Amino acid sequence: MLKIIKYVISDILRSRTIIAYMVLLLALAFSVLGMESNAEKGIVSLLNIVLFVVPLVSIIFATVYLYNSAEFIELLVSQPLKRTKIWGSIFLGLSGAITLAFLIGVGIPIIIFAWIPSGILLLVCGAGLSAIFVSIALWTAVQIRDKAKGIGLAILLWLYFALLFDALVLFLMFQFSDYPIENGMVALTMLNPIDITRIIILLEVDLSAMMGYTGAIFQNFFGTGGGMTLTAIILLLWITLPFLFSTLNFKKKDL
Amino acid sequence: MKSFYLLKQVVFTYLMVCGSVYAATIKVGNAQVIKSITKAISLAQPGDTILVDKGRYSEGTITIDKPLTLIGKAYPTIDGKKKYEPFSVKSSHVTIRGFLVKSSGHSSLTDIAGIKVYNTTNVRIADNILEDNFFGVYFQASKNCIAENNKIKAYGSTEQLSGNGIHAWKSDSLTIFNNTVKGHRDGIYLEFVTHTKVEKNQSTNNIRYGLHFMFSHDNAYLYNEFTHNGAGVAVMYTKRVRMLYNTFNENWGDSAYGLLLKDITDSEIRHNRFIKNTTAIFMEGSNRIHIENNQLESNGWALKIQASCMDNTLVSNNFINNTFDVTTNNMTLAANNFNQNYWDKYEGYDLNKDGLGDVPYRPVSLFSVIVEQYPMAMLLFRSFMSKLLDRTERVMPSLTPENLMDENPYMKPLNV
Repeated sequence: MLKIIKYVISDILRSRTIIAYMVLLLALAFSVLGMESNAEKGIVSLLNIVLFVVPLVSIIFATVYLYNSAEFIELLVSQPLKRTKIWGSIFLGLSGAITLAFLIGVGIPIIIFAWIPSGILLLVCGAGLSAIFVSIALWTAVQIRDKAKGIGLAILLWLYFALLFDALVLFLMFQFSDYPIENGMVALTMLNPIDITRIIILLEVDLSAMMGYTGAIFQNFFGTGGGMTLTAIILLLWITLPFLFSTLNFKKKDL
Repeated sequence: MKSFYLLKQVVFTYLMVCGSVYAATIKVGNAQVIKSITKAISLAQPGDTILVDKGRYSEGTITIDKPLTLIGKAYPTIDGKKKYEPFSVKSSHVTIRGFLVKSSGHSSLTDIAGIKVYNTTNVRIADNILEDNFFGVYFQASKNCIAENNKIKAYGSTEQLSGNGIHAWKSDSLTIFNNTVKGHRDGIYLEFVTHTKVEKNQSTNNIRYGLHFMFSHDNAYLYNEFTHNGAGVAVMYTKRVRMLYNTFNENWGDSAYGLLLKDITDSEIRHNRFIKNTTAIFMEGSNRIHIENNQLESNGWALKIQASCMDNTLVSNNFINNTFDVTTNNMTLAANNFNQNYWDKYEGYDLNKDGLGDVPYRPVSLFSVIVEQYPMAMLLFRSFMSKLLDRTERVMPSLTPENLMDENPYMKPLNV
């Protein structure tokens, strides 16, 4: 298993795409944090980039990699290895490599310019997001045999999480604003890992505004130890559940 | 004529010096002949000084009805035993200095205070420690009184069961200087008080407001610090207020304001610092207020200005790192002048290099308008969706107030 993980990681790290991704993150983070005199404001600008770029690259790159290494996977399956182990190592290798690229690309500028709680939080959450979207990519790629369709679905999913979901939430909010929807809305955001990440960091950087009326609702949920643990568990579920489903599919899949 | 005036001066000074020499000093203490302050007061002549040794004095209510100077050595404790009013001042020209006044009675019928001054003039309350009193220092219908360097602390838990730190009612020309107030209902409360100077006080962790005044015209508030109060600072129904060099810090909560202005007119707010408040300044029914050279930093909402405000001027303020700069409940907020402020969210340019941006800045963002109507929308703040909404609104303003803008925003932060 370790051998496969090592192989996947070294294979990915040698590819030019992941290096380009890392350099892009480095350049973006350096320029954003370097230009902004206020570290907190820099983190906020960086947050928008991270929430946009990281899921996109993670899901697309993982999907493309899975399709491109279909033959390699077939080869592995023909060996006396358990399918769950193969799939697990591919997941660990993929998410490990992408997370590593993210941590280097954003981590170095943050250590240099913005070593503050919100910066550290952004790093942790960004790493989590990378793993989540790799996990989602695994699930979609295992179900669709056609490469073009698979990549199309990956892009659609990204679009949904990054944009459409928020539009939907806003729409629901306008429609049901006369009802006590506060808790329901918080529950609804749990269905989108990007939103969870954003709100966690928001609570750190926009603390003053978050102490107001609506903030009180978030604060009651996210601010307490129990709420924070629950959020962390949900983020972990976002990593493990799609991966588990994909494993079940992969086990039965006729390659 | 001139020499006569000089003679008068000399005689006057002579009399004053002699007076102070001949004024007796009465010592009170366990080791002294007189053991009770009440007895010392009954024995004293007007103008005398009473020196109180360290110790514990629970004499019920000590009423001072002559012009006397009471000085405590090493903070003798005056204990109200949760029943009495430790000091009642009912004469003019009284000084109370250096006492530890504690545990006044509580009452919802009368306002019992640690030190209460009744209908008089020229009283000085200085260097005392007041602990666990209902009200701290209370001036009722008094003139020319001073409260300075007092440390006032209470452990109130609810608004109903606790009084104000420094309370003044229907008074004139008071000086409230360098006091610290903690844990009362309102730190400093003034009602129907005029020509008063409130300077260098610290009001922290009070249950309701750090500073609260109503119907108190022509007062000045300088160099005070209001931190972490339940609902910040609220000032109401007042004309000609001057608030300069104050600091409003970390007043957090749903209805907490750095500074709440309700029906304030013809006033000046300059050189204040508003840091990390949920709402830094909230204005309602306030007219002709001059807000200049203030620092508004890291607040949730820097300025909430209601439709009922007119002819206010905001000039040369720094708006830095606030979640929202300005919000309003009205589309056509007219006749308020925003000019030459620094806004860190400004994205314009300065071609002629005069330090002022060439395109106006609109401080009200579409998303802040949405949040005002649907508070839950805060859930989507800083999402791509909210950015998109703000951008489209910038290009085609339709939902944000059109004439609320800063025509000449500064490119760099100002020295305030």
